[in-house]
Amino acid sequence: MWEYTDKLKDYFFNPRNVGEVENPDGVGEVGSLACGDALRLTFKLDKDGRIADAKFKTFGCASAIATSSVLSREALEAAIANYRGGDKTKHEIEGNIVCTCFGVTDKEIERVVRENDLTTVEQVTNYCKAGGGCGGCHGEIEKIIERVQGEKVKEQRLPPPRKGGKLTTIQKIQLIQQTINEQVRPALRAHGGNIELIDVEGNKVLIAFRGMCAQCKISEFTMREVVEAKLREFVAPDLYVEEDTDGAGAPEGHEHRG
Amino acid sequence: MNTIYFDNNATTRVADEVYEEMQPYFCRQYGNPSSMHTFGGQVGLQVREARERVARLLGCDPGEIIFASCGTESDSTAIHGTLEALPHRRKIITTRVEHPAVLAVCRDLESHGYTVVELGVDKLGRLDLSELEHQLDDETALVTIMSANNETGVIFPIEQIAQMVTSRGIVFHTDAVQVVGKIPLNLSKSPINLLSLSGHKLHAPKGVGVLYVKKGTRLAPFLLGGHQESGRRAGTENVPGIVGLGKACELALQHLDEENTRVKHLRDRLEERILRTCPDSRVNGDTESRLPNTTNISFEYVEGEAILLLLDRYGICASSGSACTSGSLEPSHVLRAMGVPFTAAHGSIRFSLSRYNTEEEVDFTIEKMPEIIRRLRELSPFVQSRAR
Repeated sequence: MWEYTDKLKDYFFNPRNVGEVENPDGVGEVGSLACGDALRLTFKLDKDGRIADAKFKTFGCASAIATSSVLSREALEAAIANYRGGDKTKHEIEGNIVCTCFGVTDKEIERVVRENDLTTVEQVTNYCKAGGGCGGCHGEIEKIIERVQGEKVKEQRLPPPRKGGKLTTIQKIQLIQQTINEQVRPALRAHGGNIELIDVEGNKVLIAFRGMCAQCKISEFTMREVVEAKLREFVAPDLYVEEDTDGAGAPEGHEHRG
Repeated sequence: MNTIYFDNNATTRVADEVYEEMQPYFCRQYGNPSSMHTFGGQVGLQVREARERVARLLGCDPGEIIFASCGTESDSTAIHGTLEALPHRRKIITTRVEHPAVLAVCRDLESHGYTVVELGVDKLGRLDLSELEHQLDDETALVTIMSANNETGVIFPIEQIAQMVTSRGIVFHTDAVQVVGKIPLNLSKSPINLLSLSGHKLHAPKGVGVLYVKKGTRLAPFLLGGHQESGRRAGTENVPGIVGLGKACELALQHLDEENTRVKHLRDRLEERILRTCPDSRVNGDTESRLPNTTNISFEYVEGEAILLLLDRYGICASSGSACTSGSLEPSHVLRAMGVPFTAAHGSIRFSLSRYNTEEEVDFTIEKMPEIIRRLRELSPFVQSRAR
């Protein structure tokens, strides 16, 4: 259901200032087809350098069209006055712009990642639009996720699985699986990778890396410093981890995307 | 203003005959079908009758029908129930274009140690069966692939897939909510193990669904409790819903031909005229293998939600793959999987018809559509840049 206000509906059904000014003194373009929103604004100045006429064209949903429709000569003059005024209402951007398509800053991305516990670029896009346009900032968004989630993992761990005193073989395997699910996989998923528990023989834990991890040059490091460390911490100190190399680790075995 | 309802893949109107048949089971024959007394027991007979009617539409044995609360419950039961019955197998194969009722469950299972393979589709929305064959192995517990896509109407070669999967001893489930009542089925002759359907997609009320479980298929119960549905789905039966679904299935069997002749003809007329009168429009999906009631059309340079809102002013109900209002910028995951360019994916509209639609409704829509598209294109900055 649309829950638009009557005012917005009016501006959508009866848009004002549509079109293009002939021989414009200035043109403003923002957004793109990929984003799902795009605006092209043309305007003409009078002899005093004030806006004489302004028109828009917009590709987008009803709210995009209605809000463009508000951009009259008067509204633009008011916006310019506001911008020049430099008084308390002046709009200041906090942080640095990461997503140029939607003007989203690193501070904003950090906030949504932290508050909503996001681990993928796709999730960030769904929460704050960042990365939903040209996609050029995906690398930077990934770094932010890594940074924020890295801190978080240190700050507040999931309640650790019950650390067993004497475990039966079945209990031990279950605890290993649980530790991998809760303590290891989320970190790997943030990098587009994954891990699978293959087998447990005595104290030897056989695992396979999937997705990005399968081709990763430092997976050996990940195995020792992350997987083995976590298993020793949460299950038993004498465990050691080996990668299953009997062909089962072939990367095409796993084709999940995002 | 009259409502012109072209959104039947979302839900359908309850047929008058269905509504009528349901009515006694609210205030008069409200007994519990499990009761020993005649008052309740006679209701049990009606549930049995409904089960037989559903079985007739599916071409299966009534004992293979489990009533559930909706298509989503049937999907969840099929997936979880199969995995629980086969604890040593930990791989699931599905597709990138499934309904969220399947896709979200599979992706959740991935975080519980399962390996999930999502098969891709080509630009017409078709699966590559050799890719599926390549993925089948001894680790695979379940393959779950929809019978037809809800957004594009593209039909998958489900019998062939079921044959390929089950011959390897792997369980095959299909979400058939868009297909039942539109395409003839004969499950007694099919290797399909599990099939989900939803009442409200075929003129029965909301709140009732079915999971078909082929005899011999191992499935752990999903809802535990009483002995209803032979202990495979506990919970007192939704008697009015089940009776309604039974009637709806009987009607669907009678109207199968109409779906594939009159309704299909209306859809074709709508599609063909819109493509002709609206420049830069195109159909999404394989038109060779498609549900008779569905068309998904992209209008370049304009946005789907804006089109819907203008259609809504004329009382025309359709839906869009573009989901601006849901907070996500992503155009539909189905169109994205098909590689439909952004220019077209944002402006996609799905019309899904039913036997209640008329030629007048189709013609009214055909008449309004070019004006709506022209109007939005006048606003669009992308049209100007092209030579006109």
